[in-house]
Amino acid sequence: MFGSSRARALLIFLGPALLAISVFFFLPVLAALVMSFTDFDIYSLGDIRYARFVGFRNYLQLFNDPLFWKALGNTLYFLVVGGPLSVAVSLGAALLLHSRLVRFKPMFRFIYFMPVVTTLVAIAVVWRYVYHPRFGLLNAAMGALGFSPIDWLGDPDWAMPALIIMAVWKNFGYNMIIFIAGLQNIPASLYEAASIDGAGPVQQFFKITLPMLAPTTLFISIITMIGYFQFFAEPYVMTLGGPMNSTLSIVLLMYQQGFRWWNMGYSAALAFVLFAMILVVSVIQTRVQKQKGDLL
Amino acid sequence: MRAVRRNPVAYLAVLCVCLLPACSGGPAQDTEIQFWAFGSEGENVKALLPAFERQHPGVRVKLQVIPWTAAHEKLLTAYAGESTPDVCQLGNTWIPEFVTLKAIEPLEPWLRRAGLDSTSYFSGIWRTNFIEDVQYGLPWYVDTRVLFYRKDMCARAGFPTGPRTWAEWDTLCRRIVTAKGGHERYAVLLPTTEWAPPVIFGMQKGSLMLRDRNTYGDFSGAAFHAAFRFYIDFFKRGYAPAALTDVMNIYQSFGEGYFAMYITGPWNIGEFSRRLPPALQDVWMTAPLPGPDPGRPGVSLAGGSSLVLFSRSPRKELAWELIRYLSAPEQQIMFYRITGDLPARVEAWQDSALATNIYARAFFEQLKHVAPTPTIPQWEQIAMKVQDFAELAARNKMTVEESLSALDRDVDRILEKRRWMLNVR
Repeated sequence: MFGSSRARALLIFLGPALLAISVFFFLPVLAALVMSFTDFDIYSLGDIRYARFVGFRNYLQLFNDPLFWKALGNTLYFLVVGGPLSVAVSLGAALLLHSRLVRFKPMFRFIYFMPVVTTLVAIAVVWRYVYHPRFGLLNAAMGALGFSPIDWLGDPDWAMPALIIMAVWKNFGYNMIIFIAGLQNIPASLYEAASIDGAGPVQQFFKITLPMLAPTTLFISIITMIGYFQFFAEPYVMTLGGPMNSTLSIVLLMYQQGFRWWNMGYSAALAFVLFAMILVVSVIQTRVQKQKGDLL
Repeated sequence: MRAVRRNPVAYLAVLCVCLLPACSGGPAQDTEIQFWAFGSEGENVKALLPAFERQHPGVRVKLQVIPWTAAHEKLLTAYAGESTPDVCQLGNTWIPEFVTLKAIEPLEPWLRRAGLDSTSYFSGIWRTNFIEDVQYGLPWYVDTRVLFYRKDMCARAGFPTGPRTWAEWDTLCRRIVTAKGGHERYAVLLPTTEWAPPVIFGMQKGSLMLRDRNTYGDFSGAAFHAAFRFYIDFFKRGYAPAALTDVMNIYQSFGEGYFAMYITGPWNIGEFSRRLPPALQDVWMTAPLPGPDPGRPGVSLAGGSSLVLFSRSPRKELAWELIRYLSAPEQQIMFYRITGDLPARVEAWQDSALATNIYARAFFEQLKHVAPTPTIPQWEQIAMKVQDFAELAARNKMTVEESLSALDRDVDRILEKRRWMLNVR
């Protein structure tokens, strides 16, 4: 008796949510998985008989596609260089703003946070001018210091660094706020004790600040990592993946294949490969976090 | 009303009652023609519609303007969702795709009845609407690429009216870049983000780019190979800048004399007139594209948009009337005056507005020598591949031969499905 009424209650409360999540999430994911084993494309849209089951051909083709490896390399480049840089800049800014010597803190916090809430398209417009090889602010400043001008967005070697700089500038404010919160949670007594024991500022930073910030840092690096894996908007608005595909990311490639060329099967396969990669990285990071958690 | 406002159920009931007539369509409404048009054409075609509605009492044209960037996706979604319009503007290169989907109606019977045929149109443009021996769209406005050049810089190098042949073009470029004095400059702007120049050169050399009923790439073939080498030489010899961002503002750079020539389309007539300073208005001009052989003009792309009739339309008679109306010479001239889009009907070009426009003259000449790109749905994807490999070769990352064979390989893969569907092995 009790069981059935409980089951009914469960059904009533969970049913709508489960239904919605099945219809709008699990079903499409399943459909995409099936699609990734077909060559569904624009012809199939007209007549479903033109879709063939191709087994793992999309996946095999993917691993043989130089463009995929290029996109993967670019995404990892962005992740490995941009991720740590972004965390470091956030931490640096947080330390500066936390220092007792700095005045007008709310104003600086506001200024540093502004890029986070500005739309990327507006930022892109401004940064395209900053990066202009002949009239850009950046090249003018570097010229004054004696460097020769760089064609930031036009040179395949410099386009990615240019996007990384822009992305770090846009995003560091968010992580900075979290770091500031973390810093405020470190008890002042620790620093007092340390200075009584004769520890200098450098020692204090490495022996107190960094260890105490470890959970915050870990949280931030996981969030940053996942966000940077899905690197898309920056190249989409700034370079469209060029020059010479040097800023083509996995998600941008997926978008082009799927919505530009309607190679839905191929694009779905790409999506699952990306999903698998993010899953693996997240699992590793969670493991690391757990171990660290045990240590602390 | 107080009770209604307090009680949400009553409120909903009142709302439903109010909305009901809207759902059922109301009594004896006018017949509506659904017409989709894109970008500035969509914005501007509005002005032509009231006259059509006056000629056809009881008929209303419901115009939907869609931005170009979203148009393709929107049309495919509409097709999948069975909500296509009656009449639509369609870029010439998109027509094969919608023919493949069987989404648009063959126009032959309608054309016969209206007494319209290819003689009223530029033949190269007409052919873009002709897929596997059936006519599917009626050209609305046309677009092609010609050479925009600086008269002063070209005159100093000995070609005051622009180059006529590839050989002359090469000489002109060399003289411009080797001229003494002045600032850093290039002869031509050939943005590596545009597929048009290498494709045009290929067509000029007589390459069809694809072979065996458009099922394999033919870019390594002798004709395209020669054309591609010609294209790459512009970069190798320093006639054209390989990095695009140098000239982020084309008009400013052209005004400064940073480059002297640019292959582009009719929309830039208006832009050049607007954006170049008044002092420079006399120094620029347009010319038909140079060709590889002396005495034979170079062909260019047959671009532009056509008007098509969707197969699912329940009111094709009326929809056709709208297409016919928009294609009449008077409307074509009117549309040119509003938008600057060049008319597809040859008669319309006799109007004074066009006949006296010195910049439009080159387009009129060029339009007699235009050819369509391969009329298959995969063309745009192939064109992007051409652009990718042209950029790699222009930046010297691959040799001409390497990039062309890689291009053929990629194109063959794109066309695999087409081979399967046509049973070509």
